Amino acid sequence: MSASENSGGFRIKGAGRHTPARTARFTFDGKSYTALEGDTVASALLAHGVHLVGRSFKYHRPRGILTSGPEEPNALLDVSRDAARRQPNVRATVQEVFDGAKIASQNRWPSLTFDVGGFNDVLSPFFAAGFYYKTFMWPREAWHRLYEPIIRRAAGLGEAPKEVDPDHYASRFAHCDVLIAGAGVAGLTAALSAASTGANVFLVDEQPEVGGALHYDAATTIDGQNGYDWAQSAAARLKAMPNVTLLTRTTVFGYYNHGFIGLAERVTDHMARPGRDLPRERLWQVRTKKVVIATGSIERHMVFANNDRPGIMLASAARSFLNHHGVAVGRNVGVYTAHDSAYEAAFDLKRAGVSIAAIVDCRADPGAAVLEEARALGIDVLTGHSVTDTAGRLRIKSMTVVRNGGSDTRKIKVDALLMSAGWTPSVHLFSQSRGKLRFDDSNQRFLPDIYAQNCVSVGGCNGTDDIAELIEEASAAGGGSVSVTAANRFEWTGGMIGAAEGAGPDTAVKAFVDFQHDVTAKDIRLAVREGMHSIEHIKRFTTNGMASDQGKLSNMHGLAIAAEMLGRPIPQVGLTTFRAPYTPVTYGTLVAHSRDDLFDPARKTPMHALQAAAGAEFEDVGNWKRAWYFPKRGEDMHAAVNRECRTVREIGGVFDASTLGKIEVVGPDAAQFLNLLYTNAWDTLKPGKSRYGIMTREDGFIYDDGVVGRLAEDRFHVTTTTGGAPRVLHHMEDYLQTEFPHLKVWLTSTTEQWAVIAVQGPKAREIIAPLVEGLDISNEAFPHMSVSECSVMGVPARLFRMSFTGELGFEVNVPADYGPAVWTAIRDRAEALGACLYGTETMHVLRAEKGYIIVGQDTDGTVTPEDAGLSWAVSKKKTDFVGIRGLQRPDLVRGGRKQLVGLKTKDPRDVLEEGAQIVADPNQPKPMTMLGHVTSSYWSENCGRSIAMALVAGGKARMGETLYVPMADRTIAVEVSDMVFFDKEGGRING
Amino acid sequence: MLLIHCPYCEDDRSELEFRWAGEAHIARPEAISEISDEEFAEYFFLRNNEKGLTYERWRHIHGCGRFFNAARDTVSDRFLMTYKAGLPKQPVPVADKMAATAEEKTVETWEATEGDAR
Amino acid sequence: MRKYSVFAIAREAIRAHKGWDAQWTSPEPRSSYDVIIIGAGGHGLGAAYYLAKEHGITNIAVIERGWLGGGNTGRNTTIIRSNYLYEESMDIYEHSLKLWEGLSQELNYNVMYSPRGVMMLSHNTHDQQSFKRHINANRLYGIDNEWLTPEQAKAFVPVLDISKTARYAINGAALQRRGGTARHDAVAWGYARAASDRGVHIIQNCEVTGIRRGPGGEVQGVETSKGFIGAKKIGVSAAGHSSVVMEMAGVRVPLASNPLQALVSEPLKPIFPCVVMSNTVHAYISQSDKGELVIGAGTDQYNSYSQTGGLQIITHTLDAICELFPIFRRVKMMRQWGGITDNTPDRSPIQGVTPVPGLYVNCGWGTGGFKATPGSANLFAHLIATGAPHRLAAGLNLDRFRTGRLIDEAAAAAVAH
Repeated sequence: MSASENSGGFRIKGAGRHTPARTARFTFDGKSYTALEGDTVASALLAHGVHLVGRSFKYHRPRGILTSGPEEPNALLDVSRDAARRQPNVRATVQEVFDGAKIASQNRWPSLTFDVGGFNDVLSPFFAAGFYYKTFMWPREAWHRLYEPIIRRAAGLGEAPKEVDPDHYASRFAHCDVLIAGAGVAGLTAALSAASTGANVFLVDEQPEVGGALHYDAATTIDGQNGYDWAQSAAARLKAMPNVTLLTRTTVFGYYNHGFIGLAERVTDHMARPGRDLPRERLWQVRTKKVVIATGSIERHMVFANNDRPGIMLASAARSFLNHHGVAVGRNVGVYTAHDSAYEAAFDLKRAGVSIAAIVDCRADPGAAVLEEARALGIDVLTGHSVTDTAGRLRIKSMTVVRNGGSDTRKIKVDALLMSAGWTPSVHLFSQSRGKLRFDDSNQRFLPDIYAQNCVSVGGCNGTDDIAELIEEASAAGGGSVSVTAANRFEWTGGMIGAAEGAGPDTAVKAFVDFQHDVTAKDIRLAVREGMHSIEHIKRFTTNGMASDQGKLSNMHGLAIAAEMLGRPIPQVGLTTFRAPYTPVTYGTLVAHSRDDLFDPARKTPMHALQAAAGAEFEDVGNWKRAWYFPKRGEDMHAAVNRECRTVREIGGVFDASTLGKIEVVGPDAAQFLNLLYTNAWDTLKPGKSRYGIMTREDGFIYDDGVVGRLAEDRFHVTTTTGGAPRVLHHMEDYLQTEFPHLKVWLTSTTEQWAVIAVQGPKAREIIAPLVEGLDISNEAFPHMSVSECSVMGVPARLFRMSFTGELGFEVNVPADYGPAVWTAIRDRAEALGACLYGTETMHVLRAEKGYIIVGQDTDGTVTPEDAGLSWAVSKKKTDFVGIRGLQRPDLVRGGRKQLVGLKTKDPRDVLEEGAQIVADPNQPKPMTMLGHVTSSYWSENCGRSIAMALVAGGKARMGETLYVPMADRTIAVEVSDMVFFDKEGGRING
Repeated sequence: MLLIHCPYCEDDRSELEFRWAGEAHIARPEAISEISDEEFAEYFFLRNNEKGLTYERWRHIHGCGRFFNAARDTVSDRFLMTYKAGLPKQPVPVADKMAATAEEKTVETWEATEGDAR
Repeated sequence: MRKYSVFAIAREAIRAHKGWDAQWTSPEPRSSYDVIIIGAGGHGLGAAYYLAKEHGITNIAVIERGWLGGGNTGRNTTIIRSNYLYEESMDIYEHSLKLWEGLSQELNYNVMYSPRGVMMLSHNTHDQQSFKRHINANRLYGIDNEWLTPEQAKAFVPVLDISKTARYAINGAALQRRGGTARHDAVAWGYARAASDRGVHIIQNCEVTGIRRGPGGEVQGVETSKGFIGAKKIGVSAAGHSSVVMEMAGVRVPLASNPLQALVSEPLKPIFPCVVMSNTVHAYISQSDKGELVIGAGTDQYNSYSQTGGLQIITHTLDAICELFPIFRRVKMMRQWGGITDNTPDRSPIQGVTPVPGLYVNCGWGTGGFKATPGSANLFAHLIATGAPHRLAAGLNLDRFRTGRLIDEAAAAAVAH
């Protein structure tokens, strides 16, 4: 058996461009086949006479391969390399065969030839367009519980992947002068022209090789060569030019704003054994000055009864399978056409030795040249005739032909039927660029009219049919000049849109408009009858054009049928919008590198690794990882936090505060600037001192808080909340640059410059004292809220005397790189003295024991300083600050606002749930009147009871009052208290 | 993704480098503490939200860090000009304005009445 | 109106479905109406329906610039839930959810309300505090919403990745079981059919170009591309174009119109049983009855009426989806599109009277408009009919921006600290 026979009984010797010796094995539905390298799955199956490849969406009708390109609605298959590399809904007409591919049909059970779902076809009279809007409503629950699950199981096509995709994807950004979409004659010519000017050119084509229509069109000669060969040599010339990037297997999927283009490159899907370092696909995001759209046109099918049987396909597809892949789609082939182009398919097949049963042409007067050629080749042509039906369950067996207007039918045996209703310009990208189309009435097509971006359409997608004109147009679009001469064998005429003979409004046949979604001509008419007069309504009601081919074949037919029904010209009915992507794009490609560690890189402090080594559990705070608690062997979180809390108060603790935002505010007007940005007064703060500050927005609500230290007259060290740093800096810059530009102030983010080590507890001074140089840190010389520059272990440092625990405390700021060394030294000293490391949970508990708030937890963007008990921090003397007016609005000064208070459960062992709601009367009916909610709640080992903070309506006037927290299983009584639960006198802060 | 001209860097850069910062030329009232509740609401909340030519602020946050102003058509998303902060509202060159309006007429109907191609 | 039922379908099946009537009529406008509603989306059509049904006002025109249901009604990701935080929000969204539960029967139109559950993922302590605040508030208000452990969440959505090593590991979830999805077009069509049946005129392809006001400032009618049409009461329900329409009456509203994008995958067999949302990683996803994964993306940062947005918004959304559901990396995006959301400063809607007598506004629904459709429509009808807001919508007034009594659902979610 020769290689070519082995690769399928329908291979035509001498036809096609593949090398017979280079084969690849694959399986389809478990059966093994041999293909030639370069075959698509479609051509490989057809070579073995396999047409039946799938089932339709709604009626589960047997379906074959309809096209040879990305517009394929039927032949969607499940292709896998291995269990994890399984891809549903792959177009058999695009996917290249690779050795070892496992391919399966979809949407059928138990098998492709016997599909139980096919019973739907029998019931199809009930399943007219939109039938589901009219039923399944009784009883009320039944939709969700009964009908919907059945419909869902029947719908859908492929099975979603079940395993995590092991492949990786790449991403590239690029800039160019001219991007050319499509490398057919027009695209190649435009590229040669553009490249000749020295411009930076991207030429992009979705097929494995350049050539576009020249894949099937074997009759066109260019520069004296066969067109396809010319295309390859042109590509070789372009590839050799340094200013040209030629991408094949790459789809221009989206044309976005301002010349921004999305490309999806398929890198390895055609390879038998791709290298592990290769990405599966690559996303290109290209910003181009100009786009040349050379995307050609797509052939339409004929809309007639039972036009969907396996073996029925587009004429150009059959030509492509023959001329490019060397495969005959049948042995006795019929043609049904409204356009001259289909004749050439018949000519090519006939010359290859395939019998042509007849060319049925619904036109009375086809082009004279093709008629003459048909006669010369001895092909039977029936002009003024139509195909009104077909027969054959899993493969077409015959077509029924009738003279237009006549009634005598005759059946002609065929094993394949080629059809063409003409060509639809691919205006998708033009439309995505937001250009406006016009309707070309004489040729029944939409063409580019008004451009919204710097782009130009050339060739088939611009309605330019004549090849000489096309070349001239493409050459001009490239901006340079190039000399190409080309000749077609035949000039094409004809074309139709809408239903063909025998599928008109008075008929009840199934003439498919949208194959995948099983939308027939009568469905579209039903939509119009039901009042759907806008094409968008018709689309949505029938789902025409909403399948995975997005209407590439069906839109124009659907429009014409609707227009006929409405009695309106087509432009008045309109056209639905073309949206990106042109063909579906893998999520993995769009995600590219943004996954795993690169999804949203975690921010870690300089001491992260040291804390991890100390056994810390971490929590996410914004995009930071913060040490949460440090469990010792056998400790759970509760035990660890209790121990840490006790130890800090009894001896001391060390805490990583590096994540706090830090902004250096410098300049002669720095104090004045802070006066405007914070509610506090800063001009009264002496250098060497720090102060707790509150920032409000203009609306008067708390926006951020933090300690601000004044290092010098003109220098402030501002701290912010962990999550707030970027927006606070942005907010400050906004005011500085646009409202107060007269102030001489410079703002610098220093969050990541400083490692911050908080040392808290009675022995805090003892812990750090030996390490601090050049500064007396005694209570007298360096009291609470002092700040100074000094050196710690010889490292320049900023030392704050401050406390977020209520204990004697210091915060050591050292340059980030020195953080680990200083941390290690402080930790060693601390541990030697019996102190411990503590995490954010202990920090939260300790600060709550003292009633210190956390912005974002105890406040939520609707809380004023007064509500939070911080009115002392709002200067009464200042005449202006951001928020001064917002604070005076009626609702912000009314009585009964929610105020922050403490809560003590009547049973001290009860720990309230953070987020629990508070009521006065727990026995009231729902909906209850809620007074507020618990913002913070902890077990306090130091207090020996639970403690909580809450926002409560009129809270400050409710001290001592009993309120209730109704939970799902019980109600907890609480007493309103002040917020200081520990060391009410506040003496501990001085050690 | 928009392409934005930073008037400080004098270069066209990708939108990824910028942050939109609201309507332009809304000055904070001089004596803000003395304005009425209505005036405050007007200043803080009410915006023109123009369909068509709008003046807005951007910040080149991942570049020079500067705030600047832009005139943009909110229907086509085309920038007509950008200019430095502090400059008064700049008139849009007549030719650009006409182009913008022409574009608005053509493009806006394109989607608004998806049913009506010409 | 001919009743829809399985029997009606059976009868029509034997005569090739040629006996169905138009679902709504397309009349020429009369010279005046009692009420004009600008905007034939779900809210506008629904308001007309409820005006006719509950308030006996049938001399109504709903005027639409394009095709009915063509704005945000037909462009959203169809999520329905009512587990909001503030009482004002709970009132209207729960009112809406209750109406959703009987809407198919009410309209005799299968709007495919499917209470498949809406799950919001919690990724950190802050999320947990916020979700529990919602859950507790909802429970005391009589709205279902429950906390799930990661394992319970995984049992509900088997494809969820709950590994501790994920970048933003999941520490729990809030689930509203009555939340879910509905068929967006069917809502507009169902209301259109029912309103049309009660005599409401739906006038499509008619652009309002001005609002005419009388000597006392009161509304007198609208100038349109089909001429002047009179009315003493006008309700504006124009979603992303509300600013433009209100400006015609000289009323400024605190709105920003932003592009909001969404995308669907190719159709797949059932894999995703409910709606999952994550605020921390910015993603929400469900699967349609047709099998497409429906994914909502974020808003673009700038004001725009273009109904398009940047690719970076889409890719960022898919980053998040694939982080939560890594098995979806091989799934393909089939279509992306954009709508115009009208956002208020506090991310809560505005429904109420305006300074102009006879002019009522319903706008600012942002990303929450679809789920509110029946409730908003129902209460908007009450407002127009009586001239005063219904108790359940009283807090949504325009005056709150003066007083500062905002309903700040966005702030309530607060920010990480």
